[in-house]
Amino acid sequence: MLHSLFSTLSLAGKSLLNRRATALLTVMSIAVSVALLSAVERVRTDAQTSFSNTISGTDLIIGARSGELNLLLYSVFRIGSPTNSISWESFREISERREVAWTIPLSLGDAHRGFRVVGTNTDYFEHYRYADKRLLEFASGRGFVTATDAVIGAEVAAELGYAVGDSIVVSHGLGNVSFVTHDDNPFSVSGILAPTGTPVDRSVHVSLEGIDVMHGIDVPDGDVSNSDYAPQDITAALVGLNSRVAIFTLQRFINEYDTEPLMAVIPGVALQQLWGLIGVAETALFGVSAMVVLAGVLGLLTTLLVSLNERRREMAVLRSVGARPAHVFILLLTEAAILGLAGGLTGLAMVQAAVIAARSWAQTEVGIQLGIGFRPFDLYILAGIVVLSIVTSCIPAWRAYRNSLADGLTVRV
Amino acid sequence: MASEKTADAAIELADLQFGYERDADVIRIPEFTIAAAERVFLFGPSGSGKTTLLSLIGGVLVPDRGVVTVLGQPLSAMGGAARDRFRADHIGFIFQQFNLLPYLSVVDNVCLPCRYSARRLKRVQESDGSAQNAAARLLDGLGIDASLRERAATQLSVGQQQRIAVARALIGRPELIIADEPTSALDADRRREFIDLLLAESARAGSAVVFVSHDRSLADHFDRSIDLPAINAASGAANAA
Repeated sequence: MLHSLFSTLSLAGKSLLNRRATALLTVMSIAVSVALLSAVERVRTDAQTSFSNTISGTDLIIGARSGELNLLLYSVFRIGSPTNSISWESFREISERREVAWTIPLSLGDAHRGFRVVGTNTDYFEHYRYADKRLLEFASGRGFVTATDAVIGAEVAAELGYAVGDSIVVSHGLGNVSFVTHDDNPFSVSGILAPTGTPVDRSVHVSLEGIDVMHGIDVPDGDVSNSDYAPQDITAALVGLNSRVAIFTLQRFINEYDTEPLMAVIPGVALQQLWGLIGVAETALFGVSAMVVLAGVLGLLTTLLVSLNERRREMAVLRSVGARPAHVFILLLTEAAILGLAGGLTGLAMVQAAVIAARSWAQTEVGIQLGIGFRPFDLYILAGIVVLSIVTSCIPAWRAYRNSLADGLTVRV
Repeated sequence: MASEKTADAAIELADLQFGYERDADVIRIPEFTIAAAERVFLFGPSGSGKTTLLSLIGGVLVPDRGVVTVLGQPLSAMGGAARDRFRADHIGFIFQQFNLLPYLSVVDNVCLPCRYSARRLKRVQESDGSAQNAAARLLDGLGIDASLRERAATQLSVGQQQRIAVARALIGRPELIIADEPTSALDADRRREFIDLLLAESARAGSAVVFVSHDRSLADHFDRSIDLPAINAASGAANAA
């Protein structure tokens, strides 16, 4: 049994090698389709992981009343612009509620050379968590001490070549180039955060005092690290609770807050919503790559069908030395399996090569961390393409079977 | 049990009738026998039904009427798979040309029947230790230089290829060798040499030989010469080109 399997494998392999040009093209077309499918699936799962790793341990995000997604996007992903602000009084009232363990105020709306500026206080470095409840760490330097200290994310530092002690100028507004820059109030880099793989890496953090300084408001001199400065308003806040049981109570309290229109969203729920939105595009992409795989398999089918005519003599010779039509059938299935397997493996190898090549780009440009190495779905894709190749090849195999029954031992050509 | 009684006749045809189309018989042979180890020259012009007869004997075609008995086994009563197995085990074929698989080496081509017949594989393992050894011995006997054994079969001359086809037909000592115009691609000198080798090697293997050709000059090498039109009563055959 094993002997005959090896015998068929070696025969199929040698026959394919004899037709290596077409075999190679077929393998490549399968490889490309498999690579596409695997890459789409990989980006999808990595994007999902990256997204859900962005924020952790925060129970509610508070902002002015707008869309849930909008709030999530500007407060956590630092995409888009805040619609309105929260007054400091409201923020303080919420912070002082019994069930609230900690709060992080966020003041958004400014930029530094294309990177978002986040105004906050030192609670940010104490309570902000990402991925698996990890806290932010400093790669070098320290948090804010003066109103003109800035703490920059790892990518900001890497991309702009900043080190601790460098002076930077923050512009008002979100543009890369702003007409209103305050050269007289340069900030200096007091600390650089370790990479997190989240939008924090692409943020410039300054104190709430610093934000007001930028906007020409006078602030008291001195240490800003005691987090008791009260600006007029902020744009959003992250809230951690003593007990998660209180989430819905506090959410309702905030949503029904009557002094000003506020809104509280649960990060996980908003992330799901965001994911649902992106999911449509992904399903489409997945569908397209599935069609490409189908095209690859159709290519295989074409190659095998076309080869049948020129191989009638080969089949007749095999019959004359004792191969039964069933052997001919199995030979073709084996060839398809070899082509499918070779194509699948090549495709997966191509994805690995592409991941290695595109890794740092994906991280900096789209904020998605791509992982190297094979995933379970790679195995499914590989198994799928082999099975699909074998199933598809039943058509040419059946024709070869019929041919070899009809032709017998000689082919009249 | 039946196979034990076969020693006396390689092929027995009784009341054989076959046509590709209704009422147009190509073969109609009332009775015909080839003894075990007998070497028979079957002569017939083109279209006299030679290849059809060989297909019936080989079990590729099934007669419309009558019985084909090969080595004591009624082929015409077997199922398709059983006929295939029987053919693989007991019959070696040599064709006009293009006998070999281009992507296999000379030795691998010769060993091919042992892949599909456990019986022939067992025989070569008993006599030579392995199929490769048996192939090497047969190729030596047929004058194929040892240096050519690992070459791709199609790199060799037509004459060499036909001798390799003989080695392949003989490996595992099948009881019957069917040769369908194996010399038509060879020139006259090569033809005699080829037939001498074929007959010598098949005698050594103890195989019966049915050698089909339209070239009557080759008949004197064989034990018996048969004129196919003389034994084939089918009218359709005579009319064919």
